[in-house]
Amino acid sequence: MSRNTLFDKVWDHHAVRTLPSGQTQLYIGLHMIHEVTSPQAFAWLRERKLQVAFPERAVATVDHIVPTEDQARPYADGLAEDMMQAIERNCREFGIRLYQPGSGKQGVVHIVAPEQGLTQPGMTVACGDSHTATHGAFGAIAFGIGTSQVRDVLATQTLSMGRMKVRRIQVEGRLKPGVYAKDLILHILRVLSAKGGVGYAYEFNGPGIHALSMEERMTICNMAIEGGARCGYINPDQVTVDYLRGREYAPTGKAFDTAAAWWLSMASSADAEYDDVKTFDASTIAPTVTWGISPDQGVGVGESIPAKETFAEGERPGIQEAYDYMGFKPGQPIAGTRIDVAFIGSCTNGRISDLREAAKVLQAHGGTVPASVKAFVVPGSEAVKKAAEAEGLHLIFRKHGFEWREAGCSMCLAMNPDKLTGKQISMSTSNRNFKGRQGSPEGRTLLASPAMVAIAALEGKVADIRNVLK
Amino acid sequence: MPQIISSVSGRGIPVRGNDIDTDRIIPARFLRCVTFDGLGEHAFEDDRLQLKALGKLHSFDNASYVGARLLVANANFGCGSSREHAPQAIARWGVQAIIAVSYSEIFHGNCVAMGLPAVRVSQADSEAIQSAIEADPQIALNLDLNTMQVTVGTKSFPCHLGEGQRKQFLTGQWDALGELVDGLPQVRTAAAKLPYMTAFA
Repeated sequence: MSRNTLFDKVWDHHAVRTLPSGQTQLYIGLHMIHEVTSPQAFAWLRERKLQVAFPERAVATVDHIVPTEDQARPYADGLAEDMMQAIERNCREFGIRLYQPGSGKQGVVHIVAPEQGLTQPGMTVACGDSHTATHGAFGAIAFGIGTSQVRDVLATQTLSMGRMKVRRIQVEGRLKPGVYAKDLILHILRVLSAKGGVGYAYEFNGPGIHALSMEERMTICNMAIEGGARCGYINPDQVTVDYLRGREYAPTGKAFDTAAAWWLSMASSADAEYDDVKTFDASTIAPTVTWGISPDQGVGVGESIPAKETFAEGERPGIQEAYDYMGFKPGQPIAGTRIDVAFIGSCTNGRISDLREAAKVLQAHGGTVPASVKAFVVPGSEAVKKAAEAEGLHLIFRKHGFEWREAGCSMCLAMNPDKLTGKQISMSTSNRNFKGRQGSPEGRTLLASPAMVAIAALEGKVADIRNVLK
Repeated sequence: MPQIISSVSGRGIPVRGNDIDTDRIIPARFLRCVTFDGLGEHAFEDDRLQLKALGKLHSFDNASYVGARLLVANANFGCGSSREHAPQAIARWGVQAIIAVSYSEIFHGNCVAMGLPAVRVSQADSEAIQSAIEADPQIALNLDLNTMQVTVGTKSFPCHLGEGQRKQFLTGQWDALGELVDGLPQVRTAAAKLPYMTAFA
């Protein structure tokens, strides 16, 4: 069993008691709410005549269903409008703050909470969304939960949970130019598999991790869930403290120093013990693109789609299914694969630094998106959009043929009007290439970094970003 | 009212394949709703349509499995999105227990919270159970949480569930809300000790 890791420290601080079942009643420091997984939870509260126990520890926004073109109310999609009205009413009646479109604070829940300074080191965080793992970038223990558990957190600010094992993922070396946090996590997933992390919390550690900015760290932790780990985290350091200073919900003055000292004290101790350790070398990783229907099915951009025989026998039926669904053959190089859609956005890569990197690529390349490709940028939040526009990034995107949209989850999961059609291939900065994920039951997704999506949009096909940046 | 769940018996339905994600179990377009009503008929909808187009039949369209209560899957079942709509859709179709090699933890937590026992068996046993059901869809299955055995016809297979979760089913406390609410006074005391609730709130 792990000992003295950040996970252990945070768990012990938040464990209220052992329940009769043996599970732990765990206090949740920050509860984030969105429109898709919460309406039934509020309905159950009303049924049982319960109140929200700690409304000040909750924050809500709308992201999944929000249109990114015309946001005038009522929404054209009546079902989406119903969901909007439900969250408005629920937040009003139960006294929870709601960041609405137009407030300047709306956006993808996992982008909004960090930018407001709500996510802090040493906290427990929960949200009815699997990508809650993102908040682990701050040294928080952050879990995705289902709707019954959203109800539990609303009513009690606690969850009934069992402890996890802790795996340290030690990353030595530094990423080479043209290789980003997204490539690193796609590579880690490729090696450890989509189910390798079941039962574990992932601690990302080592110089290759601590050299990353907070936004890059969020990209890493965001996809821990794609490796089966319910949460992933990075020990807080000076980068974390610097990011938090001055944010709206961060402490101020002397309280900030008190907070920073406590935050840093929550990092895994030098004598921490782990259930497991895996080591990677960041300097050997290439820009990575997925070719299949699971986020662990990735290859370096210079590689070909791997043969079935290179996988364990039990995995081969799934690999065949991926070839069949994608219409790809083993041995076929991933570079040169034609794309129809380029999507930049999502809780994985919809932050300002992601947009800057993509814009830089457009300028370095100089080309324009061909007519055969639909390319669009969906900023992760209204604050990201505003910051990008202040820098003129929207003008760069438009000049090179991208559409510039309003904030939301958009085509990461296509619950709003942004969807693939038929068998279109999308190159996407999002997190899941599951069958049908981007809105067409037959649609295909290649996951990659914002820079790789930008270059693919201009070339109309998968290309190696390193050829542009050199 | 606590409802004790100690066993589930009935016929089985196999869903083969590792890493079956919740987008496949219930595509996102069906999440545009404010209740879980009516999700059952859309379980695995796109997988079903795609197999139909190929002249094949998904288990959920196979008349032999109508009325089945125990779903038998393979590894990492329910990975991906946290949507409780996925186990809700499966349960509303009629499934009362799941037997698989492994689950995504969020999916599994959702199953427990809904009162849907989801137990683990070995890869070989999951495939053996699936084959037995495919050979005879009428074969009787029984999941016993007291003995932690899955009986399929005359054969028995050991199964696993975290001890805490097993207790939750056997004592009727799978819906944790009651217990959690009982602890609210302790919750308030514990919360008041957290530095971010006091020292630098």
